[in-house]
Amino acid sequence: MDRASLAFVMVGHVDHGKSTLIGRLLCDTDSLPDGKLEEIEAAARAEGRELEFGFVMDHLREERERGITIDTAQTFFSSPRRDYVIIDAPGHKEFIKNMITGASQAEAAMLICSVAEGVQEQTKRHAYVLKLLGLAQVVVAYNKMDLVGFQEAPFRRVKADMDAFLGRLGVAPSMEVPISARRGDNVATRSGNMPWYDGPTILEALDVFAKIPPPTDKPLRFPVQDVYEGPEAGDGRIVVGRVESGRLERGQSLRFLPGGQVRTVREIRKYGEQDVASAEAGECIGVVLEDDGLERGQVGGPQDDLPSPTRRFHASVFWLSPTPLDLERQADALALKCATQEQPCRIADMLERLDSSTLELLPREDGRLRETEVGELLIETAEPVVVESFYDVQELGRFVLVRGRDVVAGGIVTRPEA
Amino acid sequence: MDHLSELENRSIYIIRESYHQFGRLGMLWSVGKDSTTLVWLCRKAFFGRIPFPVIYIDTGRHFPEMYAFRDECVERWGLDLIVARNDEALARGVGPDTGEKLTCCTLLKTQALKDCIAVHGFDALLLGIRRDEHGIRAKERYFSPRDRQFQWDYENQPPELWDQYTSQADDEFHIRVHPLLHWREVDIWRYIQREELPINPLYFARDGRRYRSLGCMPCCEPVVSDASSVEEILEELRTSKIAERAGRAQDKEDAYTMQKLRALGYM
Repeated sequence: MDRASLAFVMVGHVDHGKSTLIGRLLCDTDSLPDGKLEEIEAAARAEGRELEFGFVMDHLREERERGITIDTAQTFFSSPRRDYVIIDAPGHKEFIKNMITGASQAEAAMLICSVAEGVQEQTKRHAYVLKLLGLAQVVVAYNKMDLVGFQEAPFRRVKADMDAFLGRLGVAPSMEVPISARRGDNVATRSGNMPWYDGPTILEALDVFAKIPPPTDKPLRFPVQDVYEGPEAGDGRIVVGRVESGRLERGQSLRFLPGGQVRTVREIRKYGEQDVASAEAGECIGVVLEDDGLERGQVGGPQDDLPSPTRRFHASVFWLSPTPLDLERQADALALKCATQEQPCRIADMLERLDSSTLELLPREDGRLRETEVGELLIETAEPVVVESFYDVQELGRFVLVRGRDVVAGGIVTRPEA
Repeated sequence: MDHLSELENRSIYIIRESYHQFGRLGMLWSVGKDSTTLVWLCRKAFFGRIPFPVIYIDTGRHFPEMYAFRDECVERWGLDLIVARNDEALARGVGPDTGEKLTCCTLLKTQALKDCIAVHGFDALLLGIRRDEHGIRAKERYFSPRDRQFQWDYENQPPELWDQYTSQADDEFHIRVHPLLHWREVDIWRYIQREELPINPLYFARDGRRYRSLGCMPCCEPVVSDASSVEEILEELRTSKIAERAGRAQDKEDAYTMQKLRALGYM
């Protein structure tokens, strides 16, 4: 039996109940191992708290003492229909890099919002991140319905605010569910407290998420990850990498950029498999070519369907480092990492600077881009790179910027310059 | 692509990334089901011949079956084996009964590993930990830096977006690489079944009990079970609600022992 597994991220403002909802889901679907509930009861007692479902996920002592999530964590559970990976993300602004780490691994998202507090700063920022990362499948959970007497009016009010904001982003939630994570209403079972609501429970809403298929229908992109000497003497060189999109066939002629070498695939190698005729998106393979002369970072693809290497492209960049980007002083060189490519780069221009929560445009005079802000940047690399619009081929349209050993920003390519 | 192949491909990608990045790479192999699966994935990543050493941390208190299984695999797969052992502490008679368990684990495992890293100059290590084993492991990154003292700065982990991992370690760091983070216990067993991997006999039930997680003899309790084949273990996992590490003493000292151990550099 091979069940599909779907990864979704839980996001929203601090203290709106992300970890609690996950703990509740695991508990009510009978997914916790024996003794786990007793363990978190004891840990909660030690902190002078009542039973905290959030402790299922918040495992660091510092998290339990402060009652917040610091770092992203992943857990597993199953509905009758399929298996899930749940990615918990912290709701504090200071931990936004951990939230983005979690969200970048997800196929779908659950945005949680307390009806007692309404749409808040991180609710909006997280929604923006979902949009930026291309996470189109979103369910909204309106939590803490118990605090407003399970009334429909406050739910409608917050929902109207939420819908207006998501509308500005162009995000259309597939489901919107009023719940109480603490008490379990509409989580795994239907609540008797909200007769005015006849939509799905959280568990049912999850089953509507679609598994994102690997991009086999896109043109072939095969970035070279490394080149190995074959294990046997006289085996020749094996070019290894992952097929990022499309399909690679034995006998096919590939062009590798930058560089422009055209090479025929003599053999596709997968250890333990004989006579491999093709490989599709997601597969890590080795290929034997005649006379490769290739190196890591080059991208192979069909001769007539590869983007031209470029040194300049436009991108939306989310700044993650407490040290701002300073356009005037770029002595501490940045580098771009996209698929297996790595190139020194500089920021040639900042066309827009955005507050990722309010979506307001910010002044650009001082040439700085600060933590949690988003810049529309023109990036210039030292040597040409192969990048594509994120909306064409995601795998070559997303990147990070590093300074020394630190990842300082994540971004998506909006427009390569020809 | 099926689920197991998806997990496998993701792991192979990470293994190859770490081999590209780090000049001195090693992998920890406890001979348990997870790290043996990792050895197998490394063989796949490098077409049969693993181009770096595998490290076995010997506390002197492992089961005889573990040593026998280890030597069998080394022979069969042509592994370059390094045995790491804290002889000084063993000579002093350090054990789980001579003080706190935390101290015993720290001296016989963590210190032995520190010494081994210093002697061989490793700048990165592959480890077969998984997120579903323990709440604290659920918070790990694929590439996780440790400082010279081995400390894990879990409050300030580097961002890890898509498949872009933390870069080359400078002198004071080594990096832990975790290619199996996304696998569940049941995935490991299904994969062992699919790939027909050799497996330590301690996992199979004898006299109504089997080991579900392996470590040192004094700190490892078998669980009640009749499962004596991979198929029966898979059937058992379908219904069991017992935590995988229920038989592991380190997890039980208090709620944060694993956090303390891991912060100090424990695996």
